[in-house]
Amino acid sequence: MAATTLPSALALPENGVCPITEIPVTQLPAGSSATIVALHGGSGFQRRLRSVGIREGKTLRMVASHPFAGPLVIEVDRKQITIGRGMAQRVAVVKAL
Amino acid sequence: MKTIVLIGDPNVGKSVLFSRLTGVDVISSNYPGTTVDYAKGRICWQGETMEIVDAPGTYSLETTNKAEDVALSLLDKADVIVNVIDATSLERCLLLTVELLAKRKPVVVALNMWDEAQHLGITINVHDLENLLQVPVIPTVAITGEGVKELVQRLDEARVSERPALTGEDQAWTEVGHIVRKVQTVAHRHHTFRDRLVDATVKPVTGLLTATVVLAALFWMVRLLGEGLIKYVATPLFNAYLAPITSLSDRLGPGFLRDILVGKLIDGQVDFIQSMGILSTGMFMPLGMVLPYIVAFYLALGFLEDTGYLPRLATITDNLFHKLGMHGHGVLPVLLGLGCKVPGVLSARTLETRKQRFISILLVGITVPCAAQTATIFGILGPRGIGYVAVVFGTQAAIFVLLGLILNRSSREECPELFLDIPPYRRPSLRAVAKKTWMRVRWFLAEALPLLFLGVLTASILDALGVTEKLASVTAPFMKSWFALPGEAVPALFSGFLRKELALGMLVPLKLTSAQLTVAITLFSFFPCIATFAVMWRELGGKDMLKAVLVMLLTALLVGGILRLVLVGWSP
Repeated sequence: MAATTLPSALALPENGVCPITEIPVTQLPAGSSATIVALHGGSGFQRRLRSVGIREGKTLRMVASHPFAGPLVIEVDRKQITIGRGMAQRVAVVKAL
Repeated sequence: MKTIVLIGDPNVGKSVLFSRLTGVDVISSNYPGTTVDYAKGRICWQGETMEIVDAPGTYSLETTNKAEDVALSLLDKADVIVNVIDATSLERCLLLTVELLAKRKPVVVALNMWDEAQHLGITINVHDLENLLQVPVIPTVAITGEGVKELVQRLDEARVSERPALTGEDQAWTEVGHIVRKVQTVAHRHHTFRDRLVDATVKPVTGLLTATVVLAALFWMVRLLGEGLIKYVATPLFNAYLAPITSLSDRLGPGFLRDILVGKLIDGQVDFIQSMGILSTGMFMPLGMVLPYIVAFYLALGFLEDTGYLPRLATITDNLFHKLGMHGHGVLPVLLGLGCKVPGVLSARTLETRKQRFISILLVGITVPCAAQTATIFGILGPRGIGYVAVVFGTQAAIFVLLGLILNRSSREECPELFLDIPPYRRPSLRAVAKKTWMRVRWFLAEALPLLFLGVLTASILDALGVTEKLASVTAPFMKSWFALPGEAVPALFSGFLRKELALGMLVPLKLTSAQLTVAITLFSFFPCIATFAVMWRELGGKDMLKAVLVMLLTALLVGGILRLVLVGWSP
């Protein structure tokens, strides 16, 4: 996974040289939280995710990650959503500090 | 007449609101996608009659499944839109709201689940929201009826918002963000023990345990309730009913009329299972044998639906259903199909692709036993030993999985992934569950009784004309050599097409061995009844239905043959 810098939409620390690794949400362990930074996909995909609250800038919490390439359950704005692993692979987050 | 359409995200309470407004009963549950078709009702307000339409839920005006297409097409016919939004998730509901406002139609917003938002520490300034949206906003609690009257009173205030047109999705979200920041404050809340328990029901290990316990409890409750209703209600009633029907039989004397109404006497007595008269078997089968289980099943399912557990079950079963060519949402048609296959088949509409719908409808249609089937299997095969009952259900379960695996491979089309909103757990209201059960039972009675009478009548007439005997003798060689069953089982099979209970009732007088009876019942269970057949046809279309029928025949032929070899042996 290539390390990228935080998108300009999010405020950087004062010195501005804090490289934060963007990871797919699938790599987030259950129970931890992260901030959504990008939805990699076509406009239909982005629209579908955004319409249930999965949007850039939102904080999400990983509730459950099912084995054997099963779905994930994530929580955004206190609402839980089940999302397939392939789709989740395209949701990029940075871990909350 | 003005048409008012209720539009909103899935599971925001549109159907509950619709019932409140119109008094028309529609099924509502605590999970997204309960409504897959629209319902219409009328209200009269200040001398004006208005038509109210309940639409399936949709997250946005760009649709992703069949149920959402229905919602969109209803929108064009609307004179006034009532946009129902969930106060506990204002932000995402407002996307649809701003899209609707841009349609330049008169809109009223019902801010539903107002009580729940307050419990969660969410405060929304309704006055500011009205000003920003430029349409009336009315807080409602559809489940208790709070605010519904005000909603009606303010329907004529519905107006076209003068907000500037949207230029794109990004701008829509910016507007939504702007509105939410202005009107909503959320109190900070810690993760409590209860929250952790709630989370445990969607986690891999604890979730699987929960699912096992919940499903076991569901079936245990159905059996307990069903048997209780049979023992304490149905049996005493039908024992009391025996006297008048016997005296009617005596008064009529032998002849065609008695054959039709009371049926044949078995050992000089009216027999509720074998007599095959409209007033004997025609009454006992649906009311004495099946109805108790239908009531029990829908009570138990209704509770489960309203708790909000089902989307979690879909999450837990997602891996299994992917192997069968569907995703976890496919568990819903199966659960509903255990009650009646017709709503089971209909609920497959919430699946996104044609392949998924085909597999789901086919599996529900031919391998999921409905309550009527289950009740008769227990009623007729149960006395022969629970092992035989287990063979029938075990075979059906095995074929469900096997057919799913095969059908999944038959087409390369990728199954989309599960993408599902999980509602909060709610305490089911006894009243709501009882009402929902009554609606479903009423539907069963309206559908089952006429068909059963028709079936009994047709069977009697064909019997009197000698058609039954002819059919039995023509098919006898094949039935005997392939399934080790007498030709007389064929008329029973045909009547099973009308109603499942009927076929099984007609098998009893044939004096089959337990093994033969097991083969026959398994064989019959692969053919859906006529009501299911009709709805399958409608949902699948002619070409896919033809495929479904071929699969059905092939399955019955193969599985029936194999089961015969295993249970009866090679020589008949």
